[in-house]
Amino acid sequence: MAIEDLTKKVKPKFFKEHQESLYKSLEDKHTTIEMLEDEDPLNTKMVLNMGPQHPATHGVLRLVIQLNGEIIEKTKIDIGFLHRGVEKIAENKTYQEFMPYTDRMDYLSPYNNNVALCAAVEKIADVEVPERAHYIRMIGCELARISSHLLWLGTMVMDAGAVSFFIWTFREREKLYDIFDQLTGHRFTVSHARIGGVANDITDDAMAMIKDFANSFPQEIKDWHKLLDRNRIFFDRNEDVGVLKTEDALQMGATGPTLRASGYAYDLRKFSPYARYDEVEFEVPTRLEGDNLARYYVRMEEMQESIRIIQQCLDKLPKGPVRTDNAKQAYPSKDEVYYSMEGMIHDFMMTDTGICPPEGAEAYHAVEAPKGELGYFIQSDGTGHPWRLKIKSPSFANLQVLEEILDGEMVADTVVIIGGVDPVMGEADK
Amino acid sequence: MSLELNEQFQKVINGLTEKFPGDVIDVYQSTGDTFVRVTPGAIHDVCTYLKEEQHFIYLIDVFGTDRFTSEDRFEVVYNILSLRDRLRLFVKVWLPEEDPEIASVTGIWECADWFERQTYDMFGIRFTGHPDFRRIYMPEDFEYFPMRKEFPLLGIPGSIELPSSTPDPE
Amino acid sequence: MGLENTLSEGYLTTKLDTLVNWARSNAAWPMPMGLACCAIEMMAFAGPRYDVSRFGSEVMRFSPRQADVMIVAGWVNYKMAHAIRRVWDQMPDPKWCIAMGACASTGGMHRCYGVVQGCDNFLPVDAYISGCPPRPDALIHALMKIQDKVRTEHSVTLDT
Repeated sequence: MAIEDLTKKVKPKFFKEHQESLYKSLEDKHTTIEMLEDEDPLNTKMVLNMGPQHPATHGVLRLVIQLNGEIIEKTKIDIGFLHRGVEKIAENKTYQEFMPYTDRMDYLSPYNNNVALCAAVEKIADVEVPERAHYIRMIGCELARISSHLLWLGTMVMDAGAVSFFIWTFREREKLYDIFDQLTGHRFTVSHARIGGVANDITDDAMAMIKDFANSFPQEIKDWHKLLDRNRIFFDRNEDVGVLKTEDALQMGATGPTLRASGYAYDLRKFSPYARYDEVEFEVPTRLEGDNLARYYVRMEEMQESIRIIQQCLDKLPKGPVRTDNAKQAYPSKDEVYYSMEGMIHDFMMTDTGICPPEGAEAYHAVEAPKGELGYFIQSDGTGHPWRLKIKSPSFANLQVLEEILDGEMVADTVVIIGGVDPVMGEADK
Repeated sequence: MSLELNEQFQKVINGLTEKFPGDVIDVYQSTGDTFVRVTPGAIHDVCTYLKEEQHFIYLIDVFGTDRFTSEDRFEVVYNILSLRDRLRLFVKVWLPEEDPEIASVTGIWECADWFERQTYDMFGIRFTGHPDFRRIYMPEDFEYFPMRKEFPLLGIPGSIELPSSTPDPE
Repeated sequence: MGLENTLSEGYLTTKLDTLVNWARSNAAWPMPMGLACCAIEMMAFAGPRYDVSRFGSEVMRFSPRQADVMIVAGWVNYKMAHAIRRVWDQMPDPKWCIAMGACASTGGMHRCYGVVQGCDNFLPVDAYISGCPPRPDALIHALMKIQDKVRTEHSVTLDT
């Protein structure tokens, strides 16, 4: 056609077979733009490689785009630049030892990942979690959701052009980092949730900081709404851009805010509630248009609902222990470990062998991460190490959707669409 | 084995066992989730039936497991969801070790595309009828399948190339 | 003869060295090779609280041709290693490299088939930062160490 055999032109320096098969599959893909099939007078077709190192692809994502002038005809996404083999590592660690790895998957909201693993293990091993721990987990999850959406907002608006937004959202994120630091000891890859509860209790200082944040944050959101909601530039860049139609959304496997912006009110906190989400009141924001602007509105409203949940949790926080007492299932508290023999032995056994779910048991548990449905499927063989741990990451499914919605858009909108879909490569590449 | 299923789920299982009497090998529950094991040849028909008649329109995940037994070593699990009835079902197949092949369900749910590529990349299970069958995480030059139990955690030295530590002249 | 005298360790070259090094160290524009979670701490390091532009790194230059320091933040995959090496080769001299975090320095907690156990297997690293992820203060400390390193270089005689 107008572009000769691509594989002859490509001279890859490394991973030859991989590059050739990628360009071949780009050629074979069906194009959505059918005009100018033969004899292109201006020779406007071009293959552009938005490589793994790029300022605006969120993390290491490679897009190979075939352009017709300014319009994208078809794209192919190449991922795997951040693949570690986390599932294989999981087969060699105990469930509690695996907790830090979960933090590093969706590294924008680590608390949700911790809770996902804990909830899955608690389901398969039938562990009772005390009430206070559930509420602390909910507060942590919602704060992490706000943190992730703040970063999304900062980077998406920065990619659209407004650079100072990045600084404002990072100022709020620093406040959240201070809260996490006070609550858990680490700024952002906390590993606070433990199987059977949480690591330590919420102190009064942390409570005061969370209350301050929850009181001052809605005003910030209002200010940002005032800036962006009537902004002609923001509207023109985001309206009708990257449309994901309602009838395609489920077929293509969209999840999270991308799915909710296309009309399906599917939120795991309402579908199969975990950790006392059925005792707090909140709404699930949904939009029908499916374009980037709808995703923006959905995420902004999710932040407001998160503040609502946090305030209800702070009011309802019950008193009690933060971890279950059962020594075979959860770590004993540090007092017991330091001052009693049984405590020390239990601590040792929990670290060495860990919690042992029954042999042959299989369980799946999903939580509503800020990006979508984050699910853990565990197959146990009776020992403290899982036989198979499969992580269903939402960004993987959303990237598949990205491959479809980029066709037909202008190349300059690519970064805004990627920002709107908000993938996290650590999670997509596991 | 006695299953505690609610009414709608019981209807789904009944419909499935009536329509495919020889193919549904096992129905069991584990920690509250329901699993159905079918023969590999029938997977396309079973999935079409589940999507069209029983309204399981959302495919959440497709993944593989290495059971490490001498017979039927690999297992492929489909995680599907019915939004109307609020049900989650797991459909499993067992595949033999030599040349594991199964029909692709991308014709039924489009999102199975990348999930099946990931299963191929990690386990080596081939999906016939897949529109774009390549590896997804590891580069195509990689010859092994990492998640198989015999592949060592630290990798095989020399299986994947590292760039040189001297500058490239070009 | 006369040229060799002036180009060796004399008064003129050391003063010129000091001037050039002062300029280079106080304007080290980083190229963020932000791969994973350390990239978020790197964004925070450029953010409002741990403002790095007061140390001279005014902008994060994403183009390798315009940057001095490459900060490898996050674990390096075998697939990504080639891309990083190409980017490094495109950076003009003088250039330095900071391996940020445990994963970039030695592979970190990821001891498995996909991760290169330390980016010094294919890059000449000047500063290693430990931490998972390191606090932005630690990254500023590493930048200051690179600045000290730059100040003691013999810049003028480098190419002769």
